[in-house]
Amino acid sequence: MTTIYRKSTGLQDTELHYCPGCSHGTVHKLVAEVLEEMGAVDTAIGICPVGCAVLAGNYFNCDVIEAAHGRAPAVATAVKRLHPTQPVFTYQGDGDLASIGAAEIVHAAMRGEKFTTIFINNAIYGMTGGQMAPTTLLGQRATTAPLGRTVEQAGSPIRMAEMLSTLDGLVYAERVCVTDIPHLNKAKKAIRKAFQKQMAGEGFTFIEVLAACPTNWGMDIVEANQWLLENMAAYYPLGVIKDKEAE
Amino acid sequence: MKKREVILSGFGGQGVMSIGKNLAEAGVVEGLEVSWVPSYGPEMRGGTANCTVILSEERIGAPLVEQATEIVVMNRPSLIKFEPALQPGGIAFINSSIVPDKVTRDDIQAIYVPCDAIAKELGNPKVANMVMLGAYVGATEALKVETIEEMIHEMFTGKKAKLVPLNLEALQRGIRCAKEQLA
Amino acid sequence: MKREIWKGSEAIAEAAIRAGCRGFFGYPITPQNEIPEYMSLKMPESGGVFVQAESELAAINMVYGAAASGMRAMTSSSSPGISLKQEGISYMVGAELPGVIVNVMRGGPGLGSIQPGQSDYFQATRGGGNGDYHMVVLAPANLQEAVDVMFEAFDIADQYRNPVLVLADGLIGQMMEPIVWKEHTPRVLPDKTWAADGRRGEREHNNFITSLLLAADACEARNIRLKAKFDEMEQNECRWEEIGTEDADLILVSYGTPSRIAQSAAEQLRAQGLKVGLLRPITVWPFPTARIRELAAGKCRGFLAVEMSQGQMVDDVRLAVGEKKPVGFYGRCGGVVPTVSEVRLAAEKFYQEVQ
Repeated sequence: MTTIYRKSTGLQDTELHYCPGCSHGTVHKLVAEVLEEMGAVDTAIGICPVGCAVLAGNYFNCDVIEAAHGRAPAVATAVKRLHPTQPVFTYQGDGDLASIGAAEIVHAAMRGEKFTTIFINNAIYGMTGGQMAPTTLLGQRATTAPLGRTVEQAGSPIRMAEMLSTLDGLVYAERVCVTDIPHLNKAKKAIRKAFQKQMAGEGFTFIEVLAACPTNWGMDIVEANQWLLENMAAYYPLGVIKDKEAE
Repeated sequence: MKKREVILSGFGGQGVMSIGKNLAEAGVVEGLEVSWVPSYGPEMRGGTANCTVILSEERIGAPLVEQATEIVVMNRPSLIKFEPALQPGGIAFINSSIVPDKVTRDDIQAIYVPCDAIAKELGNPKVANMVMLGAYVGATEALKVETIEEMIHEMFTGKKAKLVPLNLEALQRGIRCAKEQLA
Repeated sequence: MKREIWKGSEAIAEAAIRAGCRGFFGYPITPQNEIPEYMSLKMPESGGVFVQAESELAAINMVYGAAASGMRAMTSSSSPGISLKQEGISYMVGAELPGVIVNVMRGGPGLGSIQPGQSDYFQATRGGGNGDYHMVVLAPANLQEAVDVMFEAFDIADQYRNPVLVLADGLIGQMMEPIVWKEHTPRVLPDKTWAADGRRGEREHNNFITSLLLAADACEARNIRLKAKFDEMEQNECRWEEIGTEDADLILVSYGTPSRIAQSAAEQLRAQGLKVGLLRPITVWPFPTARIRELAAGKCRGFLAVEMSQGQMVDDVRLAVGEKKPVGFYGRCGGVVPTVSEVRLAAEKFYQEVQ
């Protein structure tokens, strides 16, 4: 019998707690596969956030440190500097990274810390139940913006990949999504490239994943993926935002 | 040995902190208990700086002093501020090149040391604080002159070794100046 | 052994390096800037890592990361900065991570002043962050003790997998005194098999460092386990010094720099024929409660707490003494250091009251 598919050794044999249609499971799988393919499961150290991925240490097969809300880049800074030969990554949501942890991510990027950040942007606070995030689109409803986000009340959504790309310490930023197989393949390629650049010691690498949250968006899975491509990708353009080498 | 509780004060840059450190370092060499506490805070930015040095044969309790056994005064505001903080019978060492005033109390002793004038005479204004250190040691005999001399040899090595004779001379001039006034 | 003269902040930093600290993470704040300044040069020289963090929040979380990956690490700050670190300290306790935090206390609340203070006692001993927790709090009164406790702090942290706080005041940080670099005998410590430093073929499972336990009963069980550790710390780590307490009618209780002022005041009162002693907690948590209770049961007629605060440690003295003997308080705060004569007068007055 030929094995045509198996779960990555980068993941534990546990059931994920994520909601149906949530992108987290898919992104976990991609990160795990990249780690496996790079032979890095045994050496990698992941830093997980506060938010839906708070239990990622129960899913990834590498060592994982759960950080306080928003502080994953600070934790990762120390871990990578003290273990410079090992792959280190943070895995953070948009509330964690773009709101409460804005200072930590900016300064890690400024210092050019040699770790990779996987940024899950689903335009909403998932774990706490659908509150407005800094990434929530204008007009998008949230439990703390019941009539939809307005510029007057909350300003316009923040484009983290572009903002961080203004910093010299960031060497590679790409925005991807996992709505379908072609996008998923691109996403995996981007994640691999980020890890490779990290291990080459080039600097800070950042992958923003536009992610679906059907539960808090109040949509079914197909609808959610469609809405993501039509609305999120329109405001947050997909593709390479910065590649220092290619410049 | 009598416990020494010294307040040293002057403009920033006059070397009062380092005179204090020299006293403390020499105290350690002689096996004494010592402490050095700087004044810090807003007054650190320009204006008057001061430090407190204690030399004792016994464990030092409070590192700050209310009534000093001696005060070392390098500028006028320091004299006004610290003359009242001197114990009766204590000695005020006053840099008379900068401070024109005399002490106002008659229950204390004053030693006037023209530190800057002597330093100028020796050809280097930077040794003014070494003159004052000499005066302190000469008058109080709280520390051995040889200890200070050894410290000067250790302080200036390599390229700076040529400054040793100058500093030794400054030290001696300070000692002499103090002894003359005591005599 | 050779006596060397050192500045407090630098001595504390050097002691940490000699104790095997491999990561220093800090943010500038007066009056402790000499610690990060010293570390920025000396830590890399000794093969360690120095990062000037973007904030105190980031700094304590860098300590969290370093500790989680198995390395000895520390941060230092002064009162307002320590307030910002409370989140990280609570997480470290929750995730059972060792680490050393130095607080060179200044006057508060808020920005307060930059002169010496002791108003962070409650925060230090009661747990300034969320949750049920304690940590050993070492409060040195002179530079020799400050360097000695740094070695101890790292060992205690590793032994219990819990952060340790070194509580100094601005005077300890700024002053110079002679110290001797004693031979430190390290404790026998367990291997850090729990650390998230990469599996590297040594483990069948991954290590997951977290303070989150979503199930209430599991979280309670962890709290019970932590409590057992705190009990053990109380049992093993309490230390204090007594001067002239055997025959004392009045015992001054004071820690840090004020204890030296109290010691001088006690000496002067002894010279006047008044029997005054000093009990100086070296750990303020655990507090020498049992010893003070014992002294309260003896001939002593009263206790006077002397602090640079509005009266915080005095609560612990009252808890220890109970109704047995009167407990008084004398303190200055906001950066004002009490003078020996002030303390002497306060002690003399209290002495007459309790006769």
